[in-house]
Amino acid sequence: MARLLNHERGGWILLAVLAVLAVVVPVANLAVPADSVFHVSTYTVTLLGKYLCYAMLAVALDLVWGYCGILSLGHGAFFALGGYAMGMYLMRQIGDRGVYGHPELPDFMVFLNWDALPWYWYGFDQFWFAMLMVALVPGLLAFVFGWLAFRSRVTGVYLSIMTQALTYALMLAFFRNEMGFGGNNGLTDFKDILGANLQADSTRAVLFVVTALALALAYLFCRLVVTSKLGRVMTAMRDAEDRTRFIGYRVERFQLAVFTASAVLAGIAGALYVPQVGIINPSEFQPLNSIELVVWVAVGGRGTLYGAALGAGVVNYAKTVLTGTLPEVWLFALGALFVLVTLALPKGIVGLWRRRQQSRRNLAHA
Amino acid sequence: MAFGDVASSLAGTLRMPDEPATRPPPRPRARWQMLERDRVWDFLIEKPTRDELLAADHGYILYLEDVTVSFDGFKALDALTLYVDIGELRCVIGPNGAGKTTMMDVITGKTRPDIGAAFYGQRLDLTRLSEPEIAALGIGRKFQKPTVFENHTAFENLELAMSADKRVWPTLKARLKGDERDRIDATLATIGLIEHGDQRAGTLSHGQKQWLEIGMLLMQNPLVLLVDEPVAGMTRRESELTAELLTRLAGDHSVIVVEHDMDFVRSIARRVTVLHEGRVLCEGPFDAVQDDERVREVYLGVDA
Amino acid sequence: MGARRLFSAWRFLIATPLFLLAPTTVALAAEDAVVQAAVDALNTRSFDDKRIAATELAAIDDPRAAVVLEALLAGELFTERGSGRLVIATLVDEAAGPRAGYALRDAVTDEDLGETGRRGARRVTVNNALRRYLRGLVAGMRLRDADPGNRIAAVRAVADAADPDLGSLLRERLVVETESDVRDAIVTALTVFDLDSADEATRLAAIAASHGNLDGTVRMKLTALASDDPDAGPVHSEAVRTAAKDALAGIERTVARFQTVETILFGLSLGSILVLAAIGLSITFGVMGVINMAHGELIMLGAYTTYVVQTLMPGALEYSIIVAIPAAFVVSGLVGIAIERGVIRFLYGRPLETLLATFGVSLILQQAVRSIFSPLNRAVATPEWMSGSWEIVSGLSFTYNRLYTLIFAGLVFMALLVILQRTRLGLEVRATMQNRSMARAMGIKSARVDALTFGLGAGIAGVAGVALSQLTNVGPNLGQGYIVDSFLVVVFGGVGNLWGTLVAGLSLGVVNKFLEPVTGAVVAKIIVLVFIILFIQKRPRGLFPQKGRAAEA
Repeated sequence: MARLLNHERGGWILLAVLAVLAVVVPVANLAVPADSVFHVSTYTVTLLGKYLCYAMLAVALDLVWGYCGILSLGHGAFFALGGYAMGMYLMRQIGDRGVYGHPELPDFMVFLNWDALPWYWYGFDQFWFAMLMVALVPGLLAFVFGWLAFRSRVTGVYLSIMTQALTYALMLAFFRNEMGFGGNNGLTDFKDILGANLQADSTRAVLFVVTALALALAYLFCRLVVTSKLGRVMTAMRDAEDRTRFIGYRVERFQLAVFTASAVLAGIAGALYVPQVGIINPSEFQPLNSIELVVWVAVGGRGTLYGAALGAGVVNYAKTVLTGTLPEVWLFALGALFVLVTLALPKGIVGLWRRRQQSRRNLAHA
Repeated sequence: MAFGDVASSLAGTLRMPDEPATRPPPRPRARWQMLERDRVWDFLIEKPTRDELLAADHGYILYLEDVTVSFDGFKALDALTLYVDIGELRCVIGPNGAGKTTMMDVITGKTRPDIGAAFYGQRLDLTRLSEPEIAALGIGRKFQKPTVFENHTAFENLELAMSADKRVWPTLKARLKGDERDRIDATLATIGLIEHGDQRAGTLSHGQKQWLEIGMLLMQNPLVLLVDEPVAGMTRRESELTAELLTRLAGDHSVIVVEHDMDFVRSIARRVTVLHEGRVLCEGPFDAVQDDERVREVYLGVDA
Repeated sequence: MGARRLFSAWRFLIATPLFLLAPTTVALAAEDAVVQAAVDALNTRSFDDKRIAATELAAIDDPRAAVVLEALLAGELFTERGSGRLVIATLVDEAAGPRAGYALRDAVTDEDLGETGRRGARRVTVNNALRRYLRGLVAGMRLRDADPGNRIAAVRAVADAADPDLGSLLRERLVVETESDVRDAIVTALTVFDLDSADEATRLAAIAASHGNLDGTVRMKLTALASDDPDAGPVHSEAVRTAAKDALAGIERTVARFQTVETILFGLSLGSILVLAAIGLSITFGVMGVINMAHGELIMLGAYTTYVVQTLMPGALEYSIIVAIPAAFVVSGLVGIAIERGVIRFLYGRPLETLLATFGVSLILQQAVRSIFSPLNRAVATPEWMSGSWEIVSGLSFTYNRLYTLIFAGLVFMALLVILQRTRLGLEVRATMQNRSMARAMGIKSARVDALTFGLGAGIAGVAGVALSQLTNVGPNLGQGYIVDSFLVVVFGGVGNLWGTLVAGLSLGVVNKFLEPVTGAVVAKIIVLVFIILFIQKRPRGLFPQKGRAAEA
């Protein structure tokens, strides 16, 4: 690990922050009395957990965008698919405690007068199967889509729009009741996960810790990739694709591999997100979500991994505050953020910070 | 070694160059040829080694015959025929639009000829191989504008170019071994950049980038080096060093140099090919070419 | 179309008795007296006398006579107590019935006679036999009406009444009728009569005559004739059933053919919208290589401009849309130039960043519209001349707003073609599109070309918005759905190729409309998307790729 984080102060800071959060937040939520100033409310735990999921999603996107130069505008779709896989497991866990009390069918299927579980819901009552699907479904979609796209050298803006069209099409599809994923309302009213009550503070605390851990592992995994020779090939093809191809690398295979890996990470982030927020519905597929995610990475600083996590935290915190107090300002702010970051801050907050460090160092030398 | 893997997937593209030139148009992607029936048992065919592939009955390493490429009716190459010997240093000259770049594109698989044959060694059909396959088989190309990986160090540039298993998973697991490190250092020495190994390529001078790029080609153990205008924009001193470098490389490699700078061509050339309007206008030793009437007319005459 | 409608209204006006009151020529006065006398003759107790009087009245062939006879038939002809003259009485208050009294008008002169109590007038009674006779008389008169439209209505009324006695009236009329539409209506009505005929030969002849007839009643009767289900009605002979089945199959084929034509027309109209939306994008993408994600919002601005223009010109709805076209072009064009100068020009060579920045602009524009107008949809009225539909043949019609959109898209396309092929700007745009650095070397100010091209593309987006405002709701999210579709059209057609965009847009529209009934709209969209992804596998540069060196770069 030390080798992975050689000369990477931001990475150390990120891991340290995660470690502190993973310890302090559950303790402050569970052990500190509610009237103490150090108490962290369950609402805040959930909110922070949500940010961590977003951060993981941002790290996944940074891997493809920051290092391979592939701007995916459809990563929200992989996130949502992972979320749906988890949601299906949670739905099956409700059992006969639904409104209609059907022993097997989720409420919405009873409501639609379905009499049997569709085949693609089989197996989701098993946790291990659901977890497999969390990785497999987004991974497979990314693989097929990427295979088609990269082999015909669809990159740049073409790929961006295609991925946006992909998530748009999925959104339309998931809105349909006939798809068997709850249509408009999606999947919700979850009761428990692995036998633990989802409403209980202790379960939420555990989920929070797991999310923090997952983010740390995702970061380390991405770090492993980008510090390897593979990482150097990735940046090489980002900077000079033709050149990379000429020296013998099958660029499309590298793109495909990284794209798929990133989609799997996004799916895992989505799976962690759903039990914490308690709902997954087709609006997660909205193109706006995916593109908002791009701005998190851009604000943080792409091509740094920890910057992406930082950006996800900062932008989402701003969103929480703004949509709470001045809802109509939020879209203006977000729009302005897009323009400002691309025009004035191409390397994001991390870039700004690095530049300041650099000039301070230069001053010290002088 | 990567070469063996690529070669195995190529077994089906082996064909005799003596076959008539009128054959069905090449398929765009070699992969699809897997669908052909006679290729089902590919893996049973013994893998030919590179030396076998290039067994030089005629002594030619590159063999272009009647190659025609047209863009929207404009013939960039018009029945071009060119043979290059093993270990030869060949200069290709010609006015703008003569088809020099398109010729390189055909050799490296970037452009497919409309008609005509392009063979590498005896039996490798270049028109049916993809760019990376051709690169892995030992044809390296240096572009006119130096393209090195600016965000990587010179050392890393060579490391990336080094012949190795270049599939995804092995690349992820790859760790630099001692002898590989030595090879990279040796190449850094050859191209005169031994002191700049840790420097970001983006910060190198123009000439140094050109050499670095040649170094990257060398890391792939090429048999053929295509070098496009190596001394454009170089200082006199850099030009001399480049000439020295290229002549040193010939022999071990076949080197094809496309260049405008006549002094430079004179300083390195043994054999010169003059292209004009997509055809070979004349070919021979530098002095003979220089004296040729037609060449003076279309090219040197303009220059002089 | 407005003109035609106006014309028919005018004809209606001259056919109205009211109008006939005004002229006071001697001839008319003489006729008035005749009518008056004939009407007065109805005021008798004997049904036989009434019958004679009605026959005489009908023979005068005056529009007023028909009015009086219809009133008699409807039980609205009264004699005024006291004066004893014949009046047409309508209930003052429908709900309250006769208790609230009647409003009276003179039966002949249509003079307003005020209201009267329930006992102020006495109804001129009719019995069933007379009623039936009157119906024939009225129908006969209506069938002789000067206006073909009214005649068709009369034929339909006769057919709906399903009174076989009236059949002979239709046959008589068919002999003298010259207007083909009216003749068709009469033939259809007669077919319907004959299909019900007790005589099998007549029925068979009628079945034979009903081939290709799209009238709903005819189809219903044929279905009944073809049925071999005793519960559904009487089962007819084998011959009748087979003939009826044949005729039905023929009709189904015709309907299917019309449906195909209709689907193509719908597809073309959807396609023309796609072309309008995509063509601006095609230009900017072709010239500058950047995707303007705010393109959809420029369309939205065009639609809102239409709304604003309409609000500013409340009295001139018919013309406001004509004014809105240049207004929308200017508004969206200026916003487009502002985007180019303010954002995009700093990002050339970085297409992904451009995409993100323009997406930011699109969010700002959306929210601005939401703040200024409201998040709710605004209603943009459709002018009279654009509403309604054009009946190509019976059973096949096409709404005017779609038709105009199609024509409009064609005009915009041609205008653009002219701009690009015939003007200096077009020359510079095409040069820049092919080789930017060479164009600059030739002294083309590429910055100016970029700004103007962007303005042009944006302006066309605005114009597309005007067209869209006539077809869908105008709201802040109007443009969102179009960017992906437009981009797909551009990719499909080949970047920077106007004709490619046209062909791609129209064909995608048609394909979409053909898929929709089979798969549903959502799946159709997905299929089209997957198709395009597969398509660019084969032809990464679209249907009409640019070739040559520049395209390689």
